[in-house]
Amino acid sequence: MAKKLMKGSEAIGEAAIQAGCRYFFGYPITPQNEIPEYMSRRLPKEGGCFLQAESEVAAINMVYGAAGAGARVMTSSSSPGISLKQEGISYIACAELPCVIVNMMRVGPGLGGILPAQGDYFQATKGGGHGDYHLVVLAPSTVQEAADMVMEGFDIADTYRIPVMILGDGMIGQIMEPVEFKVHQKRQVPEKTWAATGWSDKSRPRAIINSLYIEAEQMKAVSERLLARYAQITEKETKVEEFMMDDAQYCIAAYGTTARIAKSAVVKARQMGIKAGLIRPITIWPFPSEAFAKAAEQVKAFLTVEMSTGQMVEDVRLAVAGKKPVYFKGTLGGFVPTTQDMVNELVKLTEGRE
Amino acid sequence: MAIVFKKTKMLTDVPFHYCPGCTHGIAHRLVAECIEELGMEDKAIGVAPVGCAVFAYNYFNCDMMEAAHGRAPAVATGIKRVHPDKLVFTYQGDGDLASIGTAEIVHAAARGEKITTIFINNAIYGMTGGQMAPTTLEGQVTTTSPYGRQKEHCGLPIRMSELIATLDGACYVERVSMHDVPNIIRAKKAIKKALICQMERKGFSFIELLSTCPTNWGMTPTAALTWLKENMIPYYPLGVKKEVE
Amino acid sequence: MLHQIISAGFGGQGVLLLGQLIAYAGLKEEKNVSWLPSYGPEMRGGTANCCVVVSDEEVGSPVVTEADVVVVMNRPSFEKYENNVVPGGKLFVNSSLIDLRSNRTDIEVYYVPANHIADELGNGRVANMVMLGAVLKKTHIVSPKTAIECLAASFGERKAHLIPINEQALEKGAEVVR
Repeated sequence: MAKKLMKGSEAIGEAAIQAGCRYFFGYPITPQNEIPEYMSRRLPKEGGCFLQAESEVAAINMVYGAAGAGARVMTSSSSPGISLKQEGISYIACAELPCVIVNMMRVGPGLGGILPAQGDYFQATKGGGHGDYHLVVLAPSTVQEAADMVMEGFDIADTYRIPVMILGDGMIGQIMEPVEFKVHQKRQVPEKTWAATGWSDKSRPRAIINSLYIEAEQMKAVSERLLARYAQITEKETKVEEFMMDDAQYCIAAYGTTARIAKSAVVKARQMGIKAGLIRPITIWPFPSEAFAKAAEQVKAFLTVEMSTGQMVEDVRLAVAGKKPVYFKGTLGGFVPTTQDMVNELVKLTEGRE
Repeated sequence: MAIVFKKTKMLTDVPFHYCPGCTHGIAHRLVAECIEELGMEDKAIGVAPVGCAVFAYNYFNCDMMEAAHGRAPAVATGIKRVHPDKLVFTYQGDGDLASIGTAEIVHAAARGEKITTIFINNAIYGMTGGQMAPTTLEGQVTTTSPYGRQKEHCGLPIRMSELIATLDGACYVERVSMHDVPNIIRAKKAIKKALICQMERKGFSFIELLSTCPTNWGMTPTAALTWLKENMIPYYPLGVKKEVE
Repeated sequence: MLHQIISAGFGGQGVLLLGQLIAYAGLKEEKNVSWLPSYGPEMRGGTANCCVVVSDEEVGSPVVTEADVVVVMNRPSFEKYENNVVPGGKLFVNSSLIDLRSNRTDIEVYYVPANHIADELGNGRVANMVMLGAVLKKTHIVSPKTAIECLAASFGERKAHLIPINEQALEKGAEVVR
């Protein structure tokens, strides 16, 4: 299939449909409105259902219902709306329901602004809602990758019965880039025998989709099951890109949009004689700690670049475990770092300045 | 020997956890019997609330989902959109439905979701220990209205059936009471009618059951039934609030 | 080859489409491309702009701050983006609506009376295509032929009758800067 020029948001919608998603529940918020708009155009033609909910709270609970009923279902929002969804996401995680949630991050806190940012890293990777749980969090840096991740995300969700978040930012949603919808190599995903579909097949147990475990032993068993699954996901699904790291002495750590800019910075720095490289977490949960631990044996210093006050840098520091200095450069307010900003920071590192 | 009474197979054998004299048990049985009598046992999917009926998924013998507080109509919407041919119902109390979940219930009704909501109104928060509900009567003493509910301070109780009946998407809305046998029989008829409306895809159906909470009202079960009749019915008039042919 | 382009003007002047056509045509000519609009409240009636990158390599930053080509269709955009042109870069000014002259001596500046030409052609809405014609003549980012093909594809049958005038606009724009 030929490449098409598409907006990130629309590519995400199309990828979901091609992955078999037929249900979408959402609520408008800038900068991701193109996703619900696209789904509202396309889903009725595919025999599916797009429904604009009365709130993000209702939307995520509709997702809970549809996922519990066995369907591939998606919702999308941007930062303030994702905060509203956190209650539902926590319940979905505990009830072990598969779904895909897209967050096109905008700058915050509060109502913030509508420009791109990466301030929801903690929220996405450390829980977000209450209780002990994780989402699988995929961070696309191009429109093509966003589309691929949505398709793969549904498979991961179904395989592990876990909610998957696509963590982009306003820029990934708005940018137009060539995208190719590759024939989706669907994984072998288990049949959803647990789903509430009406109990006509008495050979399966009565379906109870639930996140309430009053008995301590029962709750403990659920947490242990989730923990074991998280370990399995960490082992099998962690993804990272290493760019020009073979002989790198200075390593940029960045994800999403920031990482593609960092790539240009690495190339530019190398033209200036600085041996720079990039480690780009593709999954930010599970976090590719090993790649950083390995790099810590080789490089002189790390530079984490984010459109935030410093969030992923904490995970980089944990992985590097004090072996090498880890510096941070953040852009705030919705400003996007430039290639030159990053090169300047690298130059400072080589000169031994912080 | 002739069988004169048999427990409906739409209820499991799990003993109810409800307090003595609570009308939740009867309400469960009515809903269960109606589903069985309509032959919809294999097609029913229920949504339990947060509140005293939080364990309803243990009692209704069909596929069940447990929703977050107030969100049952949204969860039911998700289920029904995936399985439009199934009988989807929510069972919710007054804190769940009339307070934290007002947006979800109003919009499910406004959309005319083809689901049925069973609304238990006992004028108090039961599970959390007797706090004031949006349905608590004026002057009624609860643990968070120790001097009685005062209009100037927190307004008057919400009449949900009348509110829902104003919405075009609602096809059948009735308020019934659990305080004596004739009214319980009437309640069952109303529930069945509501479920039939859903099966006929007419729209959203809503049955409000005036119920008792002897424990948190601080009364004996029989005194509670009398209190319901004398205090709740005058404020919450019984009857069909809306019926679309 | 790496081109970093900013196209800016009032909403409704077709500056986003101008950028999109470069991106579509770049894709068709098998380049790596990205197109990034400004979004949000500022797109409602105020100024609109987009950044386009056309490159032989993978596109790094889609945000253009150091542009080798800047197209400004109105005065606020001229004032905002004149200094984003890198030394040696090109600035295309819609002189129908902008009465300022650039003081920069380290760049090439082209003054194109885009609205005037479009009106002469009989459709003021093709002013953006006049500008595009000038840009493509001086930069060769993509061929005008590819741009027209992409425009035809996006217009579809319903608006196919508008293709000839758009083609003329491209040619006129090219003539001005010849």
